[in-house]
Amino acid sequence: MTDDLVLAGLTVRFDGFTAVDHVDLTVAAGDLRFLIGPNGAGKTTLIDAVSGLVPAEGSALFRGEELLGRAVHRIARAGVGRTFQTATVFEELTVLQNLDIAAGAGRSAWTLLRRRRETPPAVVEAMATVGLTELADTPAGTLAHGQKQWLEIGMLLVQDAHLLMLDEPVAGMSAEEKDETGRLLQRISGDRTVLVVEHDMDFMRSFARSVTVLHAGRILSQGSVADVQGDPKVQEVYLGPGQHTAEEAAIVLGEDVAS
Amino acid sequence: MTAATRVTAATRVTALLRSRYAVGLGFLAAAVLLFAVAPLLLSGFRLGQLGRYLCLAMVAVGIGLAWGRGGMLTLGQGVFFGIGAYLMAMHLSLADAGPGGTPAFMTLISSDGVPWWWEPFRSGTVTVLAILVLPALLATVLGLATFRRRVRGAYFAILSQALAAAFAILLVGNPATTGGSTGLNNFVGFFGFALRDPVNRQMLYFIAAGVLLLMLVVARQLMVSRYGELLVACRDSEERVRFLGYDPATVKTVAFAVAALMAGVGGALFVPIVGIISPNDVGVVPSIALLIGVAIGGRTTLAGPVLGAIVVAWAATTLSEQFPSGWTYAQGLMFMLVVAFLPGGIASLVTLRRRRSATPAVGRTA
Repeated sequence: MTDDLVLAGLTVRFDGFTAVDHVDLTVAAGDLRFLIGPNGAGKTTLIDAVSGLVPAEGSALFRGEELLGRAVHRIARAGVGRTFQTATVFEELTVLQNLDIAAGAGRSAWTLLRRRRETPPAVVEAMATVGLTELADTPAGTLAHGQKQWLEIGMLLVQDAHLLMLDEPVAGMSAEEKDETGRLLQRISGDRTVLVVEHDMDFMRSFARSVTVLHAGRILSQGSVADVQGDPKVQEVYLGPGQHTAEEAAIVLGEDVAS
Repeated sequence: MTAATRVTAATRVTALLRSRYAVGLGFLAAAVLLFAVAPLLLSGFRLGQLGRYLCLAMVAVGIGLAWGRGGMLTLGQGVFFGIGAYLMAMHLSLADAGPGGTPAFMTLISSDGVPWWWEPFRSGTVTVLAILVLPALLATVLGLATFRRRVRGAYFAILSQALAAAFAILLVGNPATTGGSTGLNNFVGFFGFALRDPVNRQMLYFIAAGVLLLMLVVARQLMVSRYGELLVACRDSEERVRFLGYDPATVKTVAFAVAALMAGVGGALFVPIVGIISPNDVGVVPSIALLIGVAIGGRTTLAGPVLGAIVVAWAATTLSEQFPSGWTYAQGLMFMLVVAFLPGGIASLVTLRRRRSATPAVGRTA
């Protein structure tokens, strides 16, 4: 498997406070990587830096191309897409229009100045993938919370992002919506690389292919779900210092620890 | 006519209004009104006044695009309007003075003759090209400079307003070259046609009407195109658009430049129709008056800005003929009422009506 995203010494400082501290991180192509960690660990800041929202030092290579120092829209065109904690779709436009705009960053001026005569195949496919085909002509503002998140993921698909960075995609979702989203992410990864920032441990356990734990801007632990759950350092961060019983760890980090 | 037939007639009309031919029918109705009805009903003087409103409506079409669709609250369209107007006025003054001659107002103030930057506008072709290019070019430079730095909302509004103020001050401060606070006036000819001749004046009105309709076609195409959707997306969530791989600064600059072009052409036609251009027509107050017209008409629609601009300009003329000082209050009051009770402008009444007529007929007849 080739490496899609390679971060080396990635550092983000805000007024002397170091939010992300020399992070070295490699995500393989087709991975479904979860980025977890307590509040303030620097998870969102890390994807902000990769997507060009905040300036950073070090290096962030995507398929061998340096991303740091580029404008946000250039990084997006290089194939890096992201969502935000609060779903941001164009509320006054329909599902179809939202997806069509996402599909069109490479369009010529001539195409832009004409009306949409037919739906691009990528848009049709994405609507089917995220399950919004029947809502094509619904204004995005009237969608349910979960549907908006799916629309955003669909927008990343038609945008032809090869690295999808999702910031807490299941926050506020019902259990069914979470399962739906998890299966969607599993379907998408493989062809594409998915990096998910998440607080929801159940969701992480059920769907992660690999996990990175951040703490205070540094990488604390990495590996499979079981590796991370069994790591004493991770237990310490989540449960506080000292010895912990298997039961305690199980409550916070999941049943696998107890076994 | 019985109540029943009246109901069916009304339903038929609303059905027609809702159909896909509605826009085409609207254009046709506007063309018939402007080209046949108005010239038959109005005296030469009133037709000239209507021509003046149409020039202001051209600016309004641009504002509707930039502000209504693009979210750029521009309080400085008077600048682009003024550039178009002054370019035209300079050419007309030079043409009246004859080849190599000096416009009369200049000889009154100084003996320096025609300044170098006036000279190119002796040529009608250069003038027309400059009218089409300069306002749009200035808007492009301004747009890229401000939107790239993510200046928007109230900051952009203040910036554009300051520009209008500076432009008016610059004009007033240079009486020898711009006519100062009196501006430029007393034009005799327009590209070889005598402006005193009623036939030529009517032709000018027809040109203004034709240009306005053309602008509406352009604006409509921009609104329904993919670009139009992208512009609305930039208005509603600029950050998101950036993460989709577009540069919102470019998207917004295009709309801003088109708005400036429309304002410039409106200004250029204003000059021969009205016969005068002065700093009073291009500064902060007229710029805001244009914006108020657009807000009252309905800024996000196609026809709203045009109707709003015409109604406000007409009301301004009529009311200030009756009550010279009362108009400003009336304008302020109208603006407040629209903002408070009808944020979508007058055009939103049509949408409301459509929505109501979409509810089951049983409920209404009962």
